[in-house]
Amino acid sequence: MPGFNAKDYKKTSKNYQPKPPYFINALKAFIVGGLICVLGELLSEMYIHWFGFKEKNAGDPTVATLILLSALATGFGVYDKLGQFAGAGSAVPVTGFANSITSAALEHKSEGIVLGVATNLFKLAGSVIVFGVVAAYVLGIIRYTWQVIF
Amino acid sequence: MSFLWAFVVGGSICVVGQLLLDIAKLTPAHVMSSFVVAGAVLDAFDLYDKLVEFAGAGATVPITSFGHSLLHGAMEQADEHGFIGIAIGIFELTSAGIASAILFGFIVAVIFKPKG
Repeated sequence: MPGFNAKDYKKTSKNYQPKPPYFINALKAFIVGGLICVLGELLSEMYIHWFGFKEKNAGDPTVATLILLSALATGFGVYDKLGQFAGAGSAVPVTGFANSITSAALEHKSEGIVLGVATNLFKLAGSVIVFGVVAAYVLGIIRYTWQVIF
Repeated sequence: MSFLWAFVVGGSICVVGQLLLDIAKLTPAHVMSSFVVAGAVLDAFDLYDKLVEFAGAGATVPITSFGHSLLHGAMEQADEHGFIGIAIGIFELTSAGIASAILFGFIVAVIFKPKG
């Protein structure tokens, strides 16, 4: 076909792809993501009132608990079902971070504990840590320089 | 009241993520990476702390808070030790999250069988 290059193909094929139901997907993400945050709020209230944590450091046990729950839910195959329903609603909270770590490790389990599980643990979550650290480092240098000068 | 704001703010952050997935056609990894960088940028202007004060877990549970905590820990140590403090403190506040994610992820992967 004349003039049918990769660029045109992308444009033409776009017309034939089904449009995702934007509103329904956003609503599902809102409800599930919101509920996970409410669970987080519940946990941190619990740690503050019953375990003597301060408002400032209650986030640590809260995040750890959410990660434990998410890792278990991933092991039972529940979190991936939730992910199919909620999309970003289950991916954006910290539970999604734990899910990506656990599911990547589980997926490669057949390759062994060292080469499969341990090597692939950060296959998906690695990019989050890399970009987070690089961004925080660069911004930290800029901010500190700013503080020293002014 | 704090539960309502946690729900609304946390849910809204997820909606932004969902729109990036659906409309901008980003992969989940791209969305999560962008959110971490966004959290760090918001913290650089001291905006994320205000959101945490207002929404509690609605701001600390989404992955954006990871970027915020990275920069926050780095700045706390930088105040004491100068530039080298950034490297000392960068994982200080996120340590609990990363350590438990590695530990629980590893244990679950060893015990459970892959599904599906």
